[in-house]
Amino acid sequence: MNVSRFSWFNLTSLIIAFSFLYLPILLLILFSFNASKLVTVWGGFSTKWYVSLFQNEMFMTAAWVTLKVAVVSATLATILGTMAAIVLTRVGRFRGRLLFSGMVYSPLVMPEVITGLALLLLFVAIGLDRGYWTITLAHTTLTMCFVTVVVSSRLVSFDKSLEEAALDLGCTKLSAFFQVTLPIILPAIIAGWLLAFTLSLDDLVIASFTSGPGSTTLPMKIYSQVRLGLNPEINALSTLLILLVSVGVIVASLVSKRAEEQQV
Amino acid sequence: MQRQFDWGRFLLIAIPFLWLLIFFLLPFAIVVKISLSDTANALPPYVPTLNLSEGWSGITSFISQLDLESFAWLLDDKIYFLSYLNSLKIAFISTLLTLLIGYPMAYGLAKAPQRWRTVLLMLVILPFWTSFLIRVYAWIGILKPEGLLNMGLMSLGLIDQPLAIINTPTAVYIGIVYSYLPFLVLPLYATLEKLDQTLIEAALDLGCSPIQAFWKVTFPLSLPGVVAGCFLVFIPAMGEFVIPDLLGGSDTIMIGKTLWSEFFGNRDWPVASAVAVVLLLSLVVPIVIFQRMQERQREAEA
Repeated sequence: MNVSRFSWFNLTSLIIAFSFLYLPILLLILFSFNASKLVTVWGGFSTKWYVSLFQNEMFMTAAWVTLKVAVVSATLATILGTMAAIVLTRVGRFRGRLLFSGMVYSPLVMPEVITGLALLLLFVAIGLDRGYWTITLAHTTLTMCFVTVVVSSRLVSFDKSLEEAALDLGCTKLSAFFQVTLPIILPAIIAGWLLAFTLSLDDLVIASFTSGPGSTTLPMKIYSQVRLGLNPEINALSTLLILLVSVGVIVASLVSKRAEEQQV
Repeated sequence: MQRQFDWGRFLLIAIPFLWLLIFFLLPFAIVVKISLSDTANALPPYVPTLNLSEGWSGITSFISQLDLESFAWLLDDKIYFLSYLNSLKIAFISTLLTLLIGYPMAYGLAKAPQRWRTVLLMLVILPFWTSFLIRVYAWIGILKPEGLLNMGLMSLGLIDQPLAIINTPTAVYIGIVYSYLPFLVLPLYATLEKLDQTLIEAALDLGCSPIQAFWKVTFPLSLPGVVAGCFLVFIPAMGEFVIPDLLGGSDTIMIGKTLWSEFFGNRDWPVASAVAVVLLLSLVVPIVIFQRMQERQREAEA
């Protein structure tokens, strides 16, 4: 479409939609710098909630647990998810393929309460103590499917003949993968890892079902605080998380854009 | 030439396959099993537990103890039926509302000048990456009686008394539309962007007004994106827990919330499992349709 400027109607609908998406977040950030304890009344600028946040040991412990779970589960999920993506796009027919693709796509839309309950019952049935590792296993299972979607869309869009050429020139399948395929799909793999990482960072429901004593994650902590009422420390914490994720996403997209430009 | 067994291929398939079998499919079998068990004052709080050490008789006595008591319980107490109906209603209405806001947005994105498109798309995706919980939390401060929306409207003189929005279904609709908007906009944008512009030009040349051209050409062609987007909103909204819990208050009952309180509040695992089975059964059809569409689209791209 060769349109060089916005039409009146399109511009209006975009402005309304983006205000709806961003106003709540901006207000949340604004009120994290509020001196008043009343979260909705402006009482002057202050950074005291950030100070008290960092002195709150409960939040810091929970943040550390969350980070560990997110890094380990995202890494496992990236490996498993990439394998699943290759299976779906390169391996061809095999027995159980329908079941396999069904299991890959279902967790994407499955309500979290069901996945969480089901995984908890599994861990109880096999007698696994609930805690850090059970959350990690649960998150790996959920997020690997998102990695598969991201990586397989890259795998279907690139030229298969490059792989075939490598095989013709005497590469084994394994070295063809590491020398040809992997460098090409690397941006998608990184994007998949980041997606898995943020999904794990964000999850409340599945973590609540699969965690045990002593392994409270940050969203669980935030949730129990929010149920007690609005809390300016939560605003401060949310602001930091939003900032962290926004910077991460913007940097990642700039890097992958540059990588794509270099390939062309 | 005899074909050698391809170990690499076998492992490549077997490892993710086994992982999903153990951590995705097996858990559902256990949910079904426990939904057929009885509640007990024990740890874990249900009987019977399968005792393989007794051999075959252990298995038969285990099976004979299973019953549909939990499901009968679901039919007995009206709260389960009501929360199921209410979830269906809330998911349906919020999907429609999301479409109403999401369609013009996706359309505006697809028609935006090329150099703006990447940035705008990024702005749609960004909230999806920031915490779901935080975004729902942000609305509490806006919607509550002494919140920002009511203060704003009152200072403008539009209302005299604060509107009661929080702890009503309206707040849940706002929360769901807000949280799931990107899920609908992205697949819809992808469809609209690929749309062949010459078809619309042809319609215009043949005497259609722009509005007619939209309803006769653009909208029908964008239907696959509309359907995919609506599924991505409807299915998770059906089982939503966080939004009705934080924004809907105690009067808004939804099935995800009922399951949660059955499990964490009443510690009734068999009934919680039965609720999960019913919810799952009602979602099987939309999920299968959604998968078929994903698979077909993947094949079309390949």
